[in-house]
Amino acid sequence: MSVQTHIPATAMASRPAAGIHGTKMVARDVKVFYGAKQALKGINLEIQENRVMALIGPSGCGKSTFLRCLNRMNDTIENCRVEGLIALDGEDVYGKNIDAVQLRARVGMVFQKPNPFPKSIYDNIAYGPRIHGIASHRDEMDEIVQTSLQRAGLWNEVKDRLREPGTGLSGGQQQRLCIARAIAVSPEVILMDEPCSALDPIATAHIEELIDELRENYTIVIVTHNMQQAARVSQKTAFFHLGDMVECDDTEEIFTNPRDERTQGYITGRYG
Amino acid sequence: MQLTVLLIILALLTVIGYQMGRSRAVASVGGRIVELHSVPSYHGFYVALWAGLPALLLFAFWGASEGWLVMQMVLSGLPDRLVNGDAQSLGLLRADILNLAHGVTTGREPDPEVVAAAERYLRLHALGDWSLLVIGCCIAIGGLLYARGRIDPDLRARNRVERTVNIALVICSLVAILTTIGIVLSLLFEAIRFFAVVNPLEFLFGTHWSPQMAMRADQVGSSGSFGAIPLFAGTLLITGIAMAVAVPVGLMAAIFMSEYASPGLRTWLKPILEVLAGIPTVVYGFFAALTMAPFVRDVGNSLGLSVSSESALAAGFVMGVMIIPFVSSLSDDVINAVPQSLRDGSYGLGATKSETIRLVVLPAALPGIVAAIMLAVSRAIGETMIVTMAAGLTANLTANPLDAVTTVTTQIATLLVGDQEFDSPKTLSAFGLGLVLFVVTLTLNMVALRVVQKYREKYD
Repeated sequence: MSVQTHIPATAMASRPAAGIHGTKMVARDVKVFYGAKQALKGINLEIQENRVMALIGPSGCGKSTFLRCLNRMNDTIENCRVEGLIALDGEDVYGKNIDAVQLRARVGMVFQKPNPFPKSIYDNIAYGPRIHGIASHRDEMDEIVQTSLQRAGLWNEVKDRLREPGTGLSGGQQQRLCIARAIAVSPEVILMDEPCSALDPIATAHIEELIDELRENYTIVIVTHNMQQAARVSQKTAFFHLGDMVECDDTEEIFTNPRDERTQGYITGRYG
Repeated sequence: MQLTVLLIILALLTVIGYQMGRSRAVASVGGRIVELHSVPSYHGFYVALWAGLPALLLFAFWGASEGWLVMQMVLSGLPDRLVNGDAQSLGLLRADILNLAHGVTTGREPDPEVVAAAERYLRLHALGDWSLLVIGCCIAIGGLLYARGRIDPDLRARNRVERTVNIALVICSLVAILTTIGIVLSLLFEAIRFFAVVNPLEFLFGTHWSPQMAMRADQVGSSGSFGAIPLFAGTLLITGIAMAVAVPVGLMAAIFMSEYASPGLRTWLKPILEVLAGIPTVVYGFFAALTMAPFVRDVGNSLGLSVSSESALAAGFVMGVMIIPFVSSLSDDVINAVPQSLRDGSYGLGATKSETIRLVVLPAALPGIVAAIMLAVSRAIGETMIVTMAAGLTANLTANPLDAVTTVTTQIATLLVGDQEFDSPKTLSAFGLGLVLFVVTLTLNMVALRVVQKYREKYD
């Protein structure tokens, strides 16, 4: 059955997936509890390398919770318990020989609200490389800062004011600064938690373009409430509902031919 | 006596007024309260205020001016020979009349005219009290009836009551401000008297402090020397030691409380730390003088150092302990105000907790922490009791924390303890010191407040 949505067909992820994509991350029967309350009820999901996976679903369905499991950000929340298996390159991220801090350097995160540190633009980018000792001298650091800002499409706008505070940038620029900051530690996966929800349409378009470019080098998982956005930027889409992962398929498939009627209801705007 | 009666009557009248206003308002609309502009209780308050306030104002005015008025009437009835003196003898005469009237014997045989005046004073006074009672009651009843007559469904009783409340609030805040101004002025005038005797430059830059003055011309004694540098240096030394204790300990306690302690532990720990702030400084003084100072001396002696038994170190250390809660509590609030999103951002980049605190949280909270420290410094500078008890009174100009030193506040306290003559530079020097202290702490507080303001602009 074909579902007519208000999404134009041309907005669908236009780039065909090139070649076979390996599996980057795997979730098996992931359950999350906040105290006695269960937030996720056994999620199974595979995240493919160099593709964008969009997580959609109504508020409170657990998509952000799932995202935060992937780099163990939930560890910082008290009385939060995670069960099941999450693997990065076949290695259990909750395993004994994985350090949550090291994991977060490999699985970076961009948040809903731009959160630049109250430091200069340069120091914002250099923060990660410094704590991980990535750059051995100044020139190398300068280069990391420049490449990161270029990849985030911010370099031309800020190259003359690297010493000015990052908090002085506009909202969209701040979010790109945060993306650049995440890129600077060369992660393998970038998690984005509604990265455009605080931005205006022009800044959003900018970030979406950027996500599409970043796909070449990184694996991206993005949580979004905006279904056009999911359709535009992702190749795979997973629909979450009430702590369950209802269905996960190619984005085009989800938006044109959803198998589950809950998915159909959500993307046609009947609820959520 | 009459005044107490008046106050009781006023209290009764306001209660009656409230009830009357309320019921009359309800009656005026036949019980359909929605038709009233204001809720019935506002009408009640409206009448009560009219009954109580004008009479209270009269009462306040009377209290302020009665003594002067009656005295003027008494003095005008006295023969010229008594009244025609200079201001000083007139003041004496007034004091004599008051003493006689209140039955205080002065030891010398009073002039019969003065005795008569005292009787007259008492009579007028009693008359005044009675008339106050009568007039007060009349005004209160008049106000009550006036307000009651004005009650009407359309009366904006609520707005009027709120306006009165507003005015009352303004008056209360004015009292605080005026008191401050009064304190500053009294300080300023006495200080000016002091600086008329002692050169301000000598005071501010002299290095010898010895405020003893010869009392009589023929007395052998020091002529007084008012170089306040040793006091400033002592204050600085003790404050420095106190801050060296309070800042690291307080700051780390704050970091522990806000970042590491579980919420349950925090709710216990913070009040307990704040109890430290509630201990009277005299008690800290005991501790400093009886426990810390001998301890410091013994340890110093066993190390082969000569330590006086009243040392700046002991006093400064105890003062530091006293100030810990100021630093920790304020810093804790500031650190908590750093948005969680910044911490998340740092964790998301693979930073550890301590890296996050060191590189993100503390820099973001720094302005607030600086303000907390400045408030603590002004507290340390103004602290008197601990130093008086534990650091001694010797005005040494030294940077050695093992010596006895004295501070500005300690000197002020000793200069003003007991009976003092207020025309001697020795006593007046206390006001000079007080003025300097006031200016310094005021400046520190203002800088701290400015810093806090800047910080707020950043995150709200």
